[in-house]
Amino acid sequence: MSGAVTSTLGAAKGRYQSNPATREAPWVRRTLLALGLGFFVLFLILPLVAVFTEALRKGWDTYLAALIEPDAVSAIQLTLLAALVSVPLNLVFGVSAAWAIAKHDFRGKQLLITFIDLPFSVSPVVAGLIYVLLFGAQGWFGPWLQAHDIKIVFAVPGIVLATVFVTFPFVARELIPLMQAQGRDEEEAATVLGASGWQTFWHVTLPNVKWGLLYGVILCNARAMGEFGAVSVVSGHIRGQTNTLPLHVEILYNEYQFAAAFAVASLLALLALVTLVLKQFIEWRASLASKEVQ
Amino acid sequence: MSSSAVLQPGTAAAATLPRRKPRRVLPGFGPTLGFTLFYLSLLVLLPLTAVFLKAAGHGFEAFWAAATAPRVLASYKLSFGAALLAAAINVVFGLILAWSLVRYEFPGKKLVDALIDLPFALPTAVAGIALTALYAGNGWLGKLLEPWGLKVAFTPLGILVALIFIGLPFVVRTVQPVLEDMETELEEAAASLGAHRWQTFRLVVLPIVLPALLTGFALAFARAVGEYGSVIFIAGNIPMVSEITPLMIISKLEQYDYVGATAIATVMLLFSFVLLLAINGLQAWSARRNGLEGRK
Repeated sequence: MSGAVTSTLGAAKGRYQSNPATREAPWVRRTLLALGLGFFVLFLILPLVAVFTEALRKGWDTYLAALIEPDAVSAIQLTLLAALVSVPLNLVFGVSAAWAIAKHDFRGKQLLITFIDLPFSVSPVVAGLIYVLLFGAQGWFGPWLQAHDIKIVFAVPGIVLATVFVTFPFVARELIPLMQAQGRDEEEAATVLGASGWQTFWHVTLPNVKWGLLYGVILCNARAMGEFGAVSVVSGHIRGQTNTLPLHVEILYNEYQFAAAFAVASLLALLALVTLVLKQFIEWRASLASKEVQ
Repeated sequence: MSSSAVLQPGTAAAATLPRRKPRRVLPGFGPTLGFTLFYLSLLVLLPLTAVFLKAAGHGFEAFWAAATAPRVLASYKLSFGAALLAAAINVVFGLILAWSLVRYEFPGKKLVDALIDLPFALPTAVAGIALTALYAGNGWLGKLLEPWGLKVAFTPLGILVALIFIGLPFVVRTVQPVLEDMETELEEAAASLGAHRWQTFRLVVLPIVLPALLTGFALAFARAVGEYGSVIFIAGNIPMVSEITPLMIISKLEQYDYVGATAIATVMLLFSFVLLLAINGLQAWSARRNGLEGRK
């Protein structure tokens, strides 16, 4: 995922194939292309097509009915809620961490970056488990929470917590390398000229990193809405109450309501496609912006 | 990188001169670092510590018995084996795809490049049911494979397919920028010295992309070991045959066996930490190799 904002696809059109030193024999080129694209179609295109075909297998009526039934609607609402809480939280965290790490020097910086990356290398199931161990009935805070009639695990707060955990690094890890690469000269100039910290950030740093920031946000959002494993552990699977969209897909699928399961899944697949389109748009704008600077 | 000076304390100058506090020109260091540490500790570090404390709290005997039960051992073998194999397959095809995207022109190239990231964006449960529908006995691909006696869905082979899917972008996206930045002069020099194309690839190109390839491999591997959503639908979840380790944690939790769940989670966490360190090392090596540190 790293560095995807600066793609130079197509910039070197035909450069390699007109140069005898970097050109392969036609049969090598064709074989490699066939292998690569065959793999691509088999593993990426076919599953995507399958989602939509299976969703519409029983016609549009069944499709729409699956999306507007009350359990589906409440799953959509909960998914939106989880994303609405976790994305802004992790956005604030990401900006704050990037400012501290990229614009200042301190000991243990590398360790801090490694810790921020931690949630990416923890299995989603373990991510859910840690909150059960803390807030579940058997957990550390379980008895206290029970005494005060607060439910976290197997309730909405647990789902939000698990979502925040799995989407934790997205914004930070997009911003940190970007802000490090841009150095701190511009910010220092602004500060010397009398700008406050907030003004410096708002007028100098933010315009420089806005596309990277947006990129982190859409990735964070996609993961927040699509998370399955971590949310599954803390959800308790109560229909109409603690079911997010991915969990709703699972329930329908396990009840052999395949058309309905794929209908709900197609919503999530659309979300993924929109995310990819936005990502392309951001890359395009970012490359325009970097050309203007040059 | 400017941080390297800070990471190497105890140089000769620092030993003789009184250590000067670094002068900070930019404001906001205290609050932002404070908030970062607070948020990180509250949401990530403390909860993760809870797992280790919980595991330690039940004594080593209970921990060991739960972490090495036969069914759990079988799940480690499957999870790690399938993840390794999937990552290895992704290295080969990821390199081919990255190479095709950088070096060749073909219709729909932009679309292919955009869709490579699909496994990052598509929720894992959706991928899971889609792959199951494809590879089940009556699915498009299942129908083709079944006459050959090849069952994919509800076998360990299905797990491999799901893990290939979710790991696919890692290798492509780590190798692609390195290939794009590679100077053609190196290959020209090799060609002018009489190297065949294959020799040039093996002796010039491959060493340059090797760190990125290994990083991609490690990232795909780390992701695949912990993967849950896309696997459980296609795995069939047969004890001793197609149960992955994250599923073992879930099934222990469903039986209210918190000791067992915690023990297995501890093993997975320790493994994640080791892999995370390895990936960091690989990325640093990769950056040094390609001189990315000094790049603007």
